[in-house]
Amino acid sequence: MPETVKFHFEVDGSDFSSAGAASVKVKKKLRQLAYPPEVIRKVSIAMYEGEINMVIHANGGTADVEASDEEIVIVLRDKGPGIPDVELAMQAGYSTAKDNIRNLGFGAGMGFPNMKKYTDYMRIDTVVGEGTTVTMKVKI
Amino acid sequence: MKISEICEKIEAKVLCGDTDKCFEGVYVGDLLSRAMSHVCEDNIWITIMSNVNVIAVASLTEPAAVLLAESVELTEDVLAGAAENGITVLSSPLGAYELCVRLHDTLAETEI
Repeated sequence: MPETVKFHFEVDGSDFSSAGAASVKVKKKLRQLAYPPEVIRKVSIAMYEGEINMVIHANGGTADVEASDEEIVIVLRDKGPGIPDVELAMQAGYSTAKDNIRNLGFGAGMGFPNMKKYTDYMRIDTVVGEGTTVTMKVKI
Repeated sequence: MKISEICEKIEAKVLCGDTDKCFEGVYVGDLLSRAMSHVCEDNIWITIMSNVNVIAVASLTEPAAVLLAESVELTEDVLAGAAENGITVLSSPLGAYELCVRLHDTLAETEI
């Protein structure tokens, strides 16, 4: 297992067709680094949801992933509208996605719930009008 | 069971990918967050969604095949993305229920 490997991605908020691209890259890298499949699966799900959230709600942002032999840390930062009620946003099935987004298969209201379920630690720092930073950790 | 062994039974044509991959179960659903957390590697994922985000979810979950129901097809660029990521994509005129029934029956027959 490597010492610590860092990845940085810019997530394009204007392009739905590339949404998920960073997650797919991270998955491939983690596989090359021989992380356990279950860890890779958790990271993939959590990061994909976060990435999609940034595209849908925040016009993109950045994703930083740090992989060590103890844990994988994912930090997603955006300068979007922020989340007025985090508790509500965490509820399964709650979504503010518009119809055009739902027609693409998003807006199930499972983004945050999936991120919480598949990670060992999740923290949301958000300021309305300024942006949101989501930090997630998956233990090896 | 190999994907190639079931194509005829479910009236599916292969849009792209390797049909030597094996499957043992099925997941049906169009909401990507649900699919993201439930599609397994030994699954056929049945959906009617055909946009490029299906490819992202399939790249992350790596099902044996994505099976498009109700004659849904992929546009050329989406198909190219699927091929590039090594995803097997099938399309059938049958609806999701009929596909499930036939896949179930075929799997059950081979178990006997």
